[in-house]
Amino acid sequence: MRLRILLLLLSFVLFSCGPSETPVSRAHIDSILYMGNGTEPQGLDPHVVTGVPESHILMALLEGLVIRHPEGLDPLPGVAESWDISGDGKTYTFNIRSTALWSNGDPVTAHDFVYAWKRMLIPSLGSKYPDMLYDVVNAEEFNKGVIKDFNLVGVKAINDKTLEVKLKNPATYFIGLLAHYTTRPVHKATIEKFGSIDTIGSQWTRPGNFIGNGPFTLNEWKLNKVLTVKKSSNYWDAENVKLNEIHFFPIDNTSREDLMFRSGQLHVTSTVPPEKVEVYREQYPDTIHIDPYYGTYYYRFNTEREPFDNKLVRQALSLALDRRQIVEKVSKGGQSPAFSFTPPDPNNYYPPTSLDFNPEKAKELLKKAGYEDGSFPDFELLYNTSEGHQKLAQAVQQMWRTNLGINMTLANTDWKVYLSRQSVGDFSISRAGWIGDYHDPKTFLDMMVTGRGNNQTGWSNLEYDNLLVEAAKSTSQKQRFDLLYKAEEILMDELPIIPVYTYTRIYMLHESVKGWNPNLLDSHPYQFVSIEN
Amino acid sequence: MFELILKRLGTAIPVLLAVITLTFLMVHSAPGGPFDAEKAVTPEVLAKLNEKYNLDAPLWEQYSDYLFGVVQGDFGPSFRYPSRSVTELITIGLPITFELAVYAIIFALMLGVSAGVLGALKPNTLYDYVPMTTAMLGICVPSIILGPSLILIFGIWLEWLPVGGWGDIPGDKILPTITLGTAYAAYCARLTRGGMLEILNQDFIRTARAKGLSEFRVVVVHALRGGLTPVIAFLGPAMAGLLAGSFVVETIFGIPGLGRFYVEAAFNRDYTMILGSSIFFSTLIIFFNLLSDVIAASINPKLR
Repeated sequence: MRLRILLLLLSFVLFSCGPSETPVSRAHIDSILYMGNGTEPQGLDPHVVTGVPESHILMALLEGLVIRHPEGLDPLPGVAESWDISGDGKTYTFNIRSTALWSNGDPVTAHDFVYAWKRMLIPSLGSKYPDMLYDVVNAEEFNKGVIKDFNLVGVKAINDKTLEVKLKNPATYFIGLLAHYTTRPVHKATIEKFGSIDTIGSQWTRPGNFIGNGPFTLNEWKLNKVLTVKKSSNYWDAENVKLNEIHFFPIDNTSREDLMFRSGQLHVTSTVPPEKVEVYREQYPDTIHIDPYYGTYYYRFNTEREPFDNKLVRQALSLALDRRQIVEKVSKGGQSPAFSFTPPDPNNYYPPTSLDFNPEKAKELLKKAGYEDGSFPDFELLYNTSEGHQKLAQAVQQMWRTNLGINMTLANTDWKVYLSRQSVGDFSISRAGWIGDYHDPKTFLDMMVTGRGNNQTGWSNLEYDNLLVEAAKSTSQKQRFDLLYKAEEILMDELPIIPVYTYTRIYMLHESVKGWNPNLLDSHPYQFVSIEN
Repeated sequence: MFELILKRLGTAIPVLLAVITLTFLMVHSAPGGPFDAEKAVTPEVLAKLNEKYNLDAPLWEQYSDYLFGVVQGDFGPSFRYPSRSVTELITIGLPITFELAVYAIIFALMLGVSAGVLGALKPNTLYDYVPMTTAMLGICVPSIILGPSLILIFGIWLEWLPVGGWGDIPGDKILPTITLGTAYAAYCARLTRGGMLEILNQDFIRTARAKGLSEFRVVVVHALRGGLTPVIAFLGPAMAGLLAGSFVVETIFGIPGLGRFYVEAAFNRDYTMILGSSIFFSTLIIFFNLLSDVIAASINPKLR
């Protein structure tokens, strides 16, 4: 008898919690978007954080002068309802919307932007993205401590509603940078209430304290559990915001995220477990999304180390790499083989694509470089622990062994070890990846300029550097792209890095979510998103 | 008893000091630092950050500053989560880890003791072999395999239980509890069986039976008291093991407990958080071992 009661109780417990109604199934009623958001955000201070999960949350909480068009990524009016660009392309005058308000009801003014940009550039804060504003007159000088007076920097509030920005060069991509979270305004009174302009980690970013100007306000933040935002009634376009809440779940385990999606707890995932991609493409073609992404997976040479200081060797290794085989047989996530550093974008800039797969020519070049059969020294490929990197590295190892008869060992290290070995140049070849911060080839090509922090190859080419300087000065987009094209031709001939594939964004999206458009930056402004039955 | 406690507390201090020193040295000698990131920071920025977090001071000075802080109860700010202190992170994570550990130990005791008693009452029969073989399996299967298997069966195929989270959806605490508790249930079963077998063969049990007491009374009132001594002695280290070892289960089920912070901190080179959690876990382990010694001593007069 006792046993029977126990069994009955047990089955009651088990069956009663069956997911008859899931958060996703009732979301069209309460308009809550449930989003898998990768790792726990480090914080919410736009001048301190650098990660993708943080950027997703900051897009809900803060709004910049412009926002990105949900499809084409062109700048749309945000806090600035309009702007004028002077004839020489160097002076921007922004008219701040009179209806733009902070979540506490304060008006958003031009002074807020001046304060925010000062905060981002002030050396004592140690912001990691100050270069986003280096096109502004004296911004770099102020950030590097060459000048101390911020009034000399080219950003000025003419009055409460007019912001004037003076640039060093007519940087035609500049307006696009103003959608990036680092250039958004911050609420001065709140920051100064909890610390000073250069305090890292004060309490101003906590729920209850955070004052933002975006379509949503910070509601709740349970560490490693969930962060929720609620629709802001003070947002200037609040009547067009259809979502009531967004719940961001930090789930760094891809299979758990997958399980949560399948059990109706998430609308959108941040990724799909690599081993599931193929199956889902067949079984759920409408739910799995494989969008082009503005990022390149590449291998980096240490050009200060023999034999990779020899251009012929680098070219030979690139020629012996069958990129099509890699994307079809190894990475298998809809990626396209990369024949340039900048991902091709027909609507923007189309890079030179001269890279090729030609093992015969590769052998010839290696011979020309002085390495006959078997005389090539053994070397190591450095990568951070991940099944994807591992598989790809093994494929490349095999290709180079078969096509060139050279021996490469694999060095699989933890993330921080990988980063530190790269930064001190303790590697021969290392795996790397870069996702563009904004929609312009500069975000890639700039990285390879002599001495840039993420160059890390030791490669330096004066002509390349000069072409980038010239490009920044050109007033027409076409002229600038022509110069960048030339620069990229040099890069693809010298090959301090060899591109492998262009990334794709792979994620699961529930059919009820509307207005989630594929675009290269994976940017989905929430004011355009809705949930339908 | 008082003497025993004092003696154990006296040895705790040098143990903790050794833990701090070793962890401090290991953390600082690990390659990579807290501010290494995909987007390389310029040397100027790195210098500013190091200065802010006192990482530019000589190592011995950082060490003494740290110790001084710890003595005053200040574990410093987390490097990974700039707006949170280590104490805050521990405060957020601990209740969840503790809750999970308590559920797991209750589960382990309920399942383990019943299985053990059953085995001991009918030794060398199916009632003994089946639970004990299962227990052996339970000890052998690590939670990293058990967790995903349970998720697959009960979460995906049968769709009975949620696959992750903690306290978000009814029933989401069941699978983590079973995953964490199973190995301990298995230990409990084996320890109970052993303890009970020894006791059941003793004279006072025979006397109790001869007096005509019901089997239930003999087992529960007379035998269990002595038979459970090994289990109780095991509880302290088990609790410490559950708390310190919950990180695998917390990671599998995405439970926002202390174990997960600990693992993340190591990967992120969050120096202060690694140190803070190490000190905290060591203290817990010392405490629970002491507790189980005290309990064992109060049950079994031979140990006093």
